[in-house]
Amino acid sequence: MQVHKYDVVIVGAGGAGMRAAIESGQRARTAVLTKLYPTRSHTGAAQGGMCAALANVEEDNWEWHTFDTVKGGDYIVDQDAAEVMAKEAIDAVLDLEKMGLPFNRTPEGKIDQRRFGGHTRDHGKAAVRRACYAADRTGHMILQTLYQNCVKHNVEFYNEYYVLDLLMVEEEAFREDGTAYQQKRVAGVVSYDLATGELHVFQAKSVIFASGGAGKVFKTTSNAHTLTGDGMGIAFRSGLPLEDMEFFQFHPTGLAGLGILLTEGARGEGAILRNSDGERFMERYAPTIKDLAPRDIVARAMANEVREGRGCGPNKDYVLLDLTHLEPEHIESKLPDITEFARTYLGVEPFTDPVPVYPTAHYAMGGVPTNIETEVLQDNDTVIPGLYAAGETACVSVHGANRLGTNSLLDINVFGRRAGIAAAKYAQDADFVELPENPDALVTAQLEGLLSSTGTENVAALRKTLQDTMDAKVQVFRDEKSLTEALEVIEDLRKRYKNVSIQDKGKRFNLDLLEAVELGFLLDLAEVMTTAALHRKESRGGHYREDYPNRDDENFMIHSMAYRDHNATTEGISGIRLETKPVVVTRYQPMERKY
Amino acid sequence: MSTELPEPPSKIELKAGVGGGGEIPTFNITLRVRRYLPETTAEAYWEDFKLTMYGTDRVLDALHKVKWDHDGSLSFRRSCAHGVCGSDAMRINGRNRLACKTLLKDLDTSKPITVEAIKGLPLEKDLIVDMEPFFQSYREIMPFLITKGHEPTKERIQSAEERAVFDDTTKCILCAACTSSCPVFWTDGQYFGPAAIVNAHRFIFDSRDEAGDMRLEILNDKEGVWRCRTTFNCSEACPRGIQVTKAIAEVKQAILSRTV
Ligand SMILES: Cc1cc2nc3c(=O)[nH]c(=O)nc-3n(C[C@H](O)[C@H](O)[C@H](O)COP(=O)(O)OP(=O)(O)OC[C@H]3O[C@@H](n4cnc5c(N)ncnc54)[C@H](O)[C@@H]3O)c2cc1C
Ligand code: SF4
Ligand code: FES
Repeated sequence: MQVHKYDVVIVGAGGAGMRAAIESGQRARTAVLTKLYPTRSHTGAAQGGMCAALANVEEDNWEWHTFDTVKGGDYIVDQDAAEVMAKEAIDAVLDLEKMGLPFNRTPEGKIDQRRFGGHTRDHGKAAVRRACYAADRTGHMILQTLYQNCVKHNVEFYNEYYVLDLLMVEEEAFREDGTAYQQKRVAGVVSYDLATGELHVFQAKSVIFASGGAGKVFKTTSNAHTLTGDGMGIAFRSGLPLEDMEFFQFHPTGLAGLGILLTEGARGEGAILRNSDGERFMERYAPTIKDLAPRDIVARAMANEVREGRGCGPNKDYVLLDLTHLEPEHIESKLPDITEFARTYLGVEPFTDPVPVYPTAHYAMGGVPTNIETEVLQDNDTVIPGLYAAGETACVSVHGANRLGTNSLLDINVFGRRAGIAAAKYAQDADFVELPENPDALVTAQLEGLLSSTGTENVAALRKTLQDTMDAKVQVFRDEKSLTEALEVIEDLRKRYKNVSIQDKGKRFNLDLLEAVELGFLLDLAEVMTTAALHRKESRGGHYREDYPNRDDENFMIHSMAYRDHNATTEGISGIRLETKPVVVTRYQPMERKY
Repeated sequence: MSTELPEPPSKIELKAGVGGGGEIPTFNITLRVRRYLPETTAEAYWEDFKLTMYGTDRVLDALHKVKWDHDGSLSFRRSCAHGVCGSDAMRINGRNRLACKTLLKDLDTSKPITVEAIKGLPLEKDLIVDMEPFFQSYREIMPFLITKGHEPTKERIQSAEERAVFDDTTKCILCAACTSSCPVFWTDGQYFGPAAIVNAHRFIFDSRDEAGDMRLEILNDKEGVWRCRTTFNCSEACPRGIQVTKAIAEVKQAILSRTV
């Protein structure tokens, strides 16, 4: 085991991690630990755009953007955070342009903007052009630009280092009213070097978690194989809460059967959805903005068409994205990648034939709770000094029950930047927290256990059962029965997981071992998501309960906070404690969400 | 700028069988993988796996099938699984390609499909090579926007035409398929290689950048663009369809015609 010492350690080199690194790296001694080479991070897969009320092509302002974000999130957004994000969006886009990002341009040479679902003019009057973009590879350009600037600023990367544990100490502290509580403080992280199989402990004054999403809980997903929710899983195991995990976004247009995403930008450019009757069915579900309604509404409409027998294809299990009425030249210049995906992976020529699509698991709205300074919370209002989180792994919460398209690339830039600045600032005045004795004990035991196991269970088989179950029972339509059944399967899988063994016993590039570790995180997160979904007896945003089809502000206008607690039982699941946290409401009172 | 479009019709007549592919075909393949497990055997060797695969499966799916159902020690990098992260460049039937973007049905499945690590970079294990030398060359060409003077308060102005000049080279995902298909790079690991030149091109031809001369000077080095023999392997290998050889030619031209 080797020990390193840094002021700031950043876990993850996607958009959020690298945006943080650019700030922190210029202010404090910073290391970025990432399980992937930075440019392999899934931010690079984002296509459609990043929104900001630049008003480059039509009237717009950040207050409208705030409203859309709050409404899009079905009012369970913390409005102070949404406001910060919408305000800082403008500089976030301009900063990227100055760092070199090649945005598409207007005829005047300014950053061009296009429409995206849920982004409107003047509180819902009409769609507005707010998404800044670089063809349909906006995320790729953001990731490249941020990496380029990390190279420029000599940011220190530890590539293919898997962070597997967070080191914290607890000390007795007192609240204002005199009651005692255990204050957590961050000491560092434990990581595993893929190339050598050695453990490296990083002692740090500040740690930023920016480790991305957890889409691999599901089978059909737009997320990368590596998005296994490690950061959330580590936080949860360390006794930190996870906020709003029941809210997962299913993106309407995944390539049928594969889950590969076709950006909403396609509908922004005029593509529409049709059922087996050739009908533009969104006219029935969202008469005003139709195909550009928010994702949860469109995804459910699609699933409903299929359920009612109007699906297409041999199994009638998908609908069609129709681009055939659009100018091929226009689409090739605006959306070259996605037309290629349709051709390469489904063999469909999108200019002559509509493309088979079905909702795909896309984005975790929930995550590690933070305040607007990106400081991680150990309960509703106690900050953990030195611990920060940003990006998809975090929950600030700006996305509430349903994230608007283009708001995540924005989130990672705005809150990634904030995290980098805050972590460096904290490190300037703070002292190192002493590492616990045998800091790697937990990870060593876990890895040795897996390496020496002679169990009969197979990682891939358990993962497949998990993913199939989540797709079948915890997707766009949920009810008590489906969720209870899912939990039974998950509990069984968690037991069987204790009995998995792996074949590769080596030290070098042992991805077999890491897939087993990642499965552990997936199982934990699936359990939390499903338990929280069972508990939320209402429908809101991405969480739709068929047995409780309405939003219930009276009882559920609250965030959920799930804790690992071996003395607690929630919804029949032992080991999870579910608490709540109030939603921050500033300007906008909840209204019915109609489009 | 986005153009206004007329409303599409509420209902259309769909062609018969649209989107429907009938039965999903299955087929058998032999995947012949170049194995290298330095902890157990000193030499690399070929190993065959017989697999049953489905309609739109890719080489990556076949590798996963081996890893998940047969031999967990088979090691390869991958992440996005749809050709955007650049993790899984490998030699498939002797050609550099991304495993996640190569459909099995497009290969000749009557013969074994060979899969090996890309060449020219130090082999670590099975299909995994050490990417550090590759990224080192990339870093040397100063792959970031360099400007002088004060920053504008708003964005820098760039016309759509100016942006179009370097659009092609912004697509690079640093997968190394090009560089590791280059015969010059195989014999001379010091050569910058096509990927570094592509990324230099992306800045040299960006109207906002003011360090083109510095980059051209770097690439004018004996390990720079002049080592390129225009073999076109790189252009053929690029999974992003970047015209790599053209970009290199444009950089050569710029070195010759620059005024300093
Ligand atoms: C296909 C697709 C299209 C999208 N399109 C858009 C869009 O158009 N607009 C928009 O706003 N949003 C979009 N999104 C959402 C958005 O791209 C993501 O939410 C966002 O990029 C996440 O960024 P991140 O930095 O949080 O995580 P990521 O970019 O996923 O990075 C995670 C990082 O964490 C590292 N990591 C993970 N676990 C560990 C560990 N255990 N140890 C060390 N390192 C670890 C990884 O190596 C990686 O570097 C899209 C998402 C997808 C999947
Ligand atoms: S130019 Fe093409 S082949 Fe070369 S590294 Fe970039 S994407 Fe890969
Ligand atoms: S896995 Fe990302 S490019 Fe193939």
